[in-house]
Amino acid sequence: MLGLAAVPLIADVIDEPFYTVMFSRMLILSIGAISLNLILGFGGMVSFGHAVYMGIGSYVVGIGTFHAIEDGISWMGNGLIHLTIAVVFSALTALFIGSISLRTRGVYFIMITLAFAQMFYFIAVGNDNYGGDDGLSLYTRSKFYNILDLSNDNSLYYLNFTLLIVFLYFSHRLINSRFGILIRGAKSNEKRMENIGFPVYRYRLVAFVIAGVICGIAGVLSANQTDFVSPAVMHWTRSGDLIIMVVLGGMGTLFGPVIGAVAFLFLEEFLSGITEFWQIIFGPMLVLIAIFGNGGIDGILVRLDKWWQIKK
Amino acid sequence: MLEIKNIETFYGQSQVLFGIDLKIKQGEFVTLIGRNGMGKTTTINSIMGLVKIKSGKIIFSGNQVQNWPSYKIARKGIGLVPEGRQIFPNLSVYENLEATSSNRHRNNNPWTLKKVLKLFPRLKVRLKNMGNQLSGGEQQMLAIGRALMTNPLLLVLDEATEGLAPLIKNEIWDCLNDLKSSGQSILVVDKNIKALTELADRHYIMEKGRIEWFGDSSAFNSDKEILHRYLGI
Repeated sequence: MLGLAAVPLIADVIDEPFYTVMFSRMLILSIGAISLNLILGFGGMVSFGHAVYMGIGSYVVGIGTFHAIEDGISWMGNGLIHLTIAVVFSALTALFIGSISLRTRGVYFIMITLAFAQMFYFIAVGNDNYGGDDGLSLYTRSKFYNILDLSNDNSLYYLNFTLLIVFLYFSHRLINSRFGILIRGAKSNEKRMENIGFPVYRYRLVAFVIAGVICGIAGVLSANQTDFVSPAVMHWTRSGDLIIMVVLGGMGTLFGPVIGAVAFLFLEEFLSGITEFWQIIFGPMLVLIAIFGNGGIDGILVRLDKWWQIKK
Repeated sequence: MLEIKNIETFYGQSQVLFGIDLKIKQGEFVTLIGRNGMGKTTTINSIMGLVKIKSGKIIFSGNQVQNWPSYKIARKGIGLVPEGRQIFPNLSVYENLEATSSNRHRNNNPWTLKKVLKLFPRLKVRLKNMGNQLSGGEQQMLAIGRALMTNPLLLVLDEATEGLAPLIKNEIWDCLNDLKSSGQSILVVDKNIKALTELADRHYIMEKGRIEWFGDSSAFNSDKEILHRYLGI
């Protein structure tokens, strides 16, 4: 974490601002993966439409800044307003999607979350006022009054970093709370949790909404980081990427999603330098990790640590 | 406390329970016995709302609870120790016990973690272990402890000692004896007739989805014909 905190400083010293941007993206996707891990890793809810919340957060910034510049409505460029609206819209959307999809199980749950996400994707594609399929370039980034201006990449980086720490701590507290224990217990035996006296559906719905809200906030950060919003941010392949990050890093572990997001982007960056068709190499790597890396990279690191302790 | 009136339960087209009547009073220890496949677990599942009943009534603490969602029935005060224990394997012993604790019925001397660990000292040293790292006996103790942590008005145990070593079985029976002495209402499904006749106040014998006999322990013990006909002893 200390290393991550020093990234902008090092990037400035070596005059390679690209690293700040790249690590900024890692932090944002880590937050998105942490939110998915809450329901997928700890709750066993395989949402194949989680990127929709990232899209909502992104479009809140895109549309807000568009009107702030085009129509001179200055409050629509305010970051605090963006965050508030993103939280409310993400929560309501997650409540709507969750209240329907959580009545189903297994492959039906996956299909329904995917269907909803695609529905939102096509709404964005069809909305020509805000760029439609081509997307919307941000004329300006979010401003938090005179306190924080995200136009500065370093400011954005440290906001991302701070929020990552906040959500990691929140995640840690949540999964070890009574609520979190019930969610984890229901993952292994839903019926049993019901007949101890806990309505699993309601608990899961709350977890689903919390995860949606956190991912919506990641969307706000993501739009600011890329200076661009398009329907692609909520395409099902983006939801798939988030699942890959969680599985790669280690489902149901605190730091797994962060490790997964960092590893995913590193591999993407590294492998795409070797070949344009980098997924051809990345795919088999994922298969190997799925087969042999029980617990993802986090699991491998834990086993290596145990092996090292025994050897010592 | 619990009154079952003429319930009929089906699995698809096939009828499993044929007009079951059963009654448990406050502080009573009642058993439901019978050979395999006679409908004992289906009766328990019907009480708990895990299978829907087609007709009849289940009255618990003055409420008609038939076909309620199982979590509502549990909240009314029935604590189930299910067949096969079904502890949460991905939670620690501490989490299994603490997460489910509640005192919805304002028990003056509620079950707490401390009390459960006093009842089952074996669990004390296993608090940090995950549920799937316990022996069968420890899992059973945990399952009972978890049900007690909900401070139930009625404790229901389905096959409480199945597959356990004799020494562990005795520990479980001792524990149930303590619970009975404390005034806990208990319904037990088990095949250990000898232990049950010493512990229980009344017995119900099931045969092919019907209650064929019921009575107290002295009547049960004195009629060898019953034991032979329905239980093959």
